[in-house]
Amino acid sequence: MPAEWFKKGVIGRIKSSKGKIPEGLWIRCENCKELVYKKEVERKGKVCPKCHYHFRISASERLEMLMDKESFVEHDANLSPLDPLKFKDSKRYTDRIKEMQKRTGVKDAVVCGEGTIGGYPVEIAVFEFGFMGGSMGSVVGEKVTRSIERSREKGIPLIIVSCSGGARMQESPLSLFQMAKTCAALARLSEAGVPYISLLADPTTGGVSASFSLLGDIILSEPKALIGFAGPRVIEDTIKQKLPEGFQRAEFLMEHGFIDMIVDRENLKPTMIKILSLFTTKEERKKDAAA
Amino acid sequence: MPQQFVLDFERPIVEMERKIIELRTIGEGSRINVEEETQKLSKKLKRMIRDTYSKLSPWERVQVARHPQRPYTLDYINGFITDFVELRGDRRFRDDKSIVAGLGRFEGRFTVACIGHQKGRGTRENIERNFGMPHPEGYRKALRVMKLAEKFGFPVITFVDTPGAYPGIGGEERGQSEAIALNLYEMSRLRVPIVVCITGEGGSGGALALSVGDRLLMQENAIYAVISPEGCASILWRTAEKAPQAAEAMKVTAKDLMELGIIDEIVKEPLGGAHRDPDRAISIMKRAIRRNLKELMAKPVEQLLEERYQKLRGIGVYSESDT
Ligand SMILES: [Zn+2]
Repeated sequence: MPAEWFKKGVIGRIKSSKGKIPEGLWIRCENCKELVYKKEVERKGKVCPKCHYHFRISASERLEMLMDKESFVEHDANLSPLDPLKFKDSKRYTDRIKEMQKRTGVKDAVVCGEGTIGGYPVEIAVFEFGFMGGSMGSVVGEKVTRSIERSREKGIPLIIVSCSGGARMQESPLSLFQMAKTCAALARLSEAGVPYISLLADPTTGGVSASFSLLGDIILSEPKALIGFAGPRVIEDTIKQKLPEGFQRAEFLMEHGFIDMIVDRENLKPTMIKILSLFTTKEERKKDAAA
Repeated sequence: MPQQFVLDFERPIVEMERKIIELRTIGEGSRINVEEETQKLSKKLKRMIRDTYSKLSPWERVQVARHPQRPYTLDYINGFITDFVELRGDRRFRDDKSIVAGLGRFEGRFTVACIGHQKGRGTRENIERNFGMPHPEGYRKALRVMKLAEKFGFPVITFVDTPGAYPGIGGEERGQSEAIALNLYEMSRLRVPIVVCITGEGGSGGALALSVGDRLLMQENAIYAVISPEGCASILWRTAEKAPQAAEAMKVTAKDLMELGIIDEIVKEPLGGAHRDPDRAISIMKRAIRRNLKELMAKPVEQLLEERYQKLRGIGVYSESDT
């Protein structure tokens, strides 16, 4: 293969599609920068065979990986963003929304519903990073809140899989207050004694990290996920120095006491099942088996 | 008293004020009658002030909200809280001076907890107070004092005025995300009335961490946004110089937040902004707090909490169609 071809063809395309797996046989790992065979990556649940980096996956891929076959029933899929601020930068917010809806097939950055994991019924909300970086505006805040409320009403555990750059600038103050709204709903869930398991995927930053994602009864993270409030670049610009290796990564957060465990994708479902089982009494399990 | 710090669009006003003072000095020292001329100029000045401040652009309001002579949390506390006792530290790591908290008597009558961001006056104090940008221990101190208030049934008054959470290494190591999130969570169910006063810059999560309450009062020149206009501009316009456009686009003003259903009341400022007459600004704010506290303190706690929840619950604009 001529080096020239690599330069202009595949590698160029790989560079432009950050974190996503592009078409073609080979892909470049975002973390170790190695070229890896795509089929092998797919087979491992979109994990780099060289460095174990967990590629970003879509909400539907996550649900498929986690939920029992054909158990998932989606709720609130018809909630769609409006443009209350009439926001426009280089593009209108309304145009961005249309473009994203076309590209991702979802109406906004979170998919919510009910299903079972290893037979345990759960309410689950999964972020779609491909939709404006998984950012939280009114729709995301509302859907997450409804998920929390359903979990409370039905008394079934809540799982939220975060993968988001934070609050959505295009709905500025409304986005910000979705943080408060979701946290208020979580406080009620907690008082009702329903467990909440939070899973953090790369990245979980800004307004999403500073609200429901870091309030789980149990908090899991994927390896090397970026988790933090301020973005690394903003911090570097402020303190005028380079950040240490591994700063704001899942391992760093675990060391500092903010998450409970780091789980490989291949162990994710069994780990979830184990945790869910601990929150279920023997009687409840018997009842579930009978139903 | 003439202003020490003058914003660009205020310059003609301040020049006119100086001219009037000058004229009066001339009048005092001589027999020249300046009365007529001063009166004429004073009238003109009033009109100028009204014209200038009635049509401030969002970006100009951002500058008023950041004005270094604007009253800060401790000015409000000194204005209407007696026997104030400042409480320090989060009992976990250290005392964060960018947030002040304590107990005192509202207008000398009943005990309240006051918590607010505190910017410094001048460079030295600003460094000490980190320009009003909290670390996690600031939010944790705030929460500690709120829990103390809850325990003894004291209403809580918060003052919001911060550029935002401080983006540094320590803040991340000590979990500023978790600290902010926990305040939102706990404030939503704190069993005493909470009145939130947005008095300056409402900058992102750092501001939100003190902004959950039963009533959100916002001064007419205060601002509130998910990110600073400069930050928004450098991301979406790729240059911080487009901050004026970003301020416009993000709908940062009190009027905008009222229309979006986030705040409950716009609190008037003296003509020309709180920095032009801090005492008056403080007294207008005091009356607004008094009225709201009176209403809230009459409510049974369960009703208070239900209303607080429903208010937050209702924030958001979206469509829900069947297709
Ligand atoms: Zn790799």
